Amino acid sequence: MNKLILGRYFPGESCIHHLDPRAKLLAGFYFIFVLFLANNWQTYLLLWVFTLFVMHLSGVKFRTYLRGLRPLIWLILFTVFLQVLFTAGGEIYVDWWLVTISEFGLINGYYIFCRFVMIVFISTVVTLTTKPIDLTDGINSLLRPLALLKIPVAEVPLMLSISLRFIPTLLDETQKVMDAQRARGSEFGEGGLVRQMKTLVPVFLPLFVCSLNRAEELANVIEVRGYQANEKRSSVRQLIWQRKDTLCILLMILLTVGLILLRKEGGAH
Amino acid sequence: MVMQIIFERVTAEYELGPIRSQLVLQSVELAIKSGTFTAVIGHTGAGKSSLLKAMNGLIVPIEGKVHIGDTIIKPGKNKRSLKMLRQKVGMVFQFPESQLFAETVEKDICFGPLNFGVPLKKAKEIARTVLEQVGLEPEILSKSPFSLSGGQKRRVAIAGILAMEPDVLVLDEPGAGLDPKGKKEILSIISALHHKRGMTTVLVTHDMDDVAMYADDVMVMEKGQIVIHDKMRKVFSDLTQLELFHLDVPEARRMQMKIEKDTGVKLPKICLTVEELADALIEVGLA
Repeated sequence: MNKLILGRYFPGESCIHHLDPRAKLLAGFYFIFVLFLANNWQTYLLLWVFTLFVMHLSGVKFRTYLRGLRPLIWLILFTVFLQVLFTAGGEIYVDWWLVTISEFGLINGYYIFCRFVMIVFISTVVTLTTKPIDLTDGINSLLRPLALLKIPVAEVPLMLSISLRFIPTLLDETQKVMDAQRARGSEFGEGGLVRQMKTLVPVFLPLFVCSLNRAEELANVIEVRGYQANEKRSSVRQLIWQRKDTLCILLMILLTVGLILLRKEGGAH
Repeated sequence: MVMQIIFERVTAEYELGPIRSQLVLQSVELAIKSGTFTAVIGHTGAGKSSLLKAMNGLIVPIEGKVHIGDTIIKPGKNKRSLKMLRQKVGMVFQFPESQLFAETVEKDICFGPLNFGVPLKKAKEIARTVLEQVGLEPEILSKSPFSLSGGQKRRVAIAGILAMEPDVLVLDEPGAGLDPKGKKEILSIISALHHKRGMTTVLVTHDMDDVAMYADDVMVMEKGQIVIHDKMRKVFSDLTQLELFHLDVPEARRMQMKIEKDTGVKLPKICLTVEELADALIEVGLA
């Protein structure tokens, strides 16, 4: 229950911890975008060097990142597998019924694997080094232009911080209900698939009931304390854009330039 | 059935996060005689709930052994004995109504017995009996547990545990959050069942009046250890010891001390309940 790494904050003093959350969020999303510029081994090498460098800067152990990757590894391998089996082109190694393993397929599979892993690593860097509350502030600040389109962005940070706040509470609650049902003879993770699914009902139902009750209570409390939706609000924590944040964005631009220079012209797989 | 509870130098920890874990029980030694009613008191975080969980195999010790009757829980995997243990030991959690899930009260009460392989027909019979034992009408068997009042939900949840026909009953503050009347009723139901079925009962509570009313023995816990384990009357007689652990005395006992201090009259015995105090006051002619 406590094994989830993605979305968890690790306190630290690294230079990445001290970056403005907006800079980190922008850089993180931008990185996913520039990943698609890479199309040969030189560009992937550059991206790997960048990713590992950033991970090293964060001061969090490499092992922790690998643990963050673990829950997603099957999804990634599945996608890679499909890519390898169903891409044709180049030299063909195996050709059997619908399945072909070709040179391009293997290369593409490898590239996709790299992309996935790098996306997971970089987003883990962002969440590991940013306090949830800073993350919400950052998202709020970045979403502000959307208010011009009459989208109620003021409620987004409240929603986000409430959901983040209640994750640990919900995990505790899950543990408690599971213990209670175990005491009544439930066995989790035993028997066939259907039996395992059946044991989940006595856990999920109480959790739903309890979450719904809590949501209603919380809504009442918020209202009683005079919260008004869509009001202009000031913030206790001010986000200040500093030189190092500009530097971070510049580094991303540099990475883009590097990728464009190293990239194979017009040769997309 | 003889169901003594013995802990042999039991140490247990609780996982707090990916890195941190905390020792919740530190080489606990205890022996609870079969058929006794034991109250566990102590401050928040002293390890009372963990002690109960260890009795039900929800916490497996990292060192030492737990004997419940002839079942033994050792460090490591005990799949077989855990299942046996949980059938013998009924555990009522804090706010047990949060474990209710089924569409009807009957199905919820039958959940435990069915898990332990009792046939459906027998389970339904048991449901009727235990519902009566907790003082509810059989009409509510077909109702949804979510439509009941707080006190009724609590009783249904406790009935769900009793339906497993345990020989040992461990309860974690069964009266918490109920109104005084509801709380009193729950505890007297438990006490009555304890005597009727000859169960070994362990009750965690913060209310010293409950301890004085129902318990034979008292265990005081602090920092994951049992610091006092004695007869109830003996524990409440030794005021210096209680003060050492910042524990309260029952209301009647406090009143007795105040009366003795103000009037200078020494009452003939230590009074722990209102009835005892009244009798003692009449005896010395103060009332």
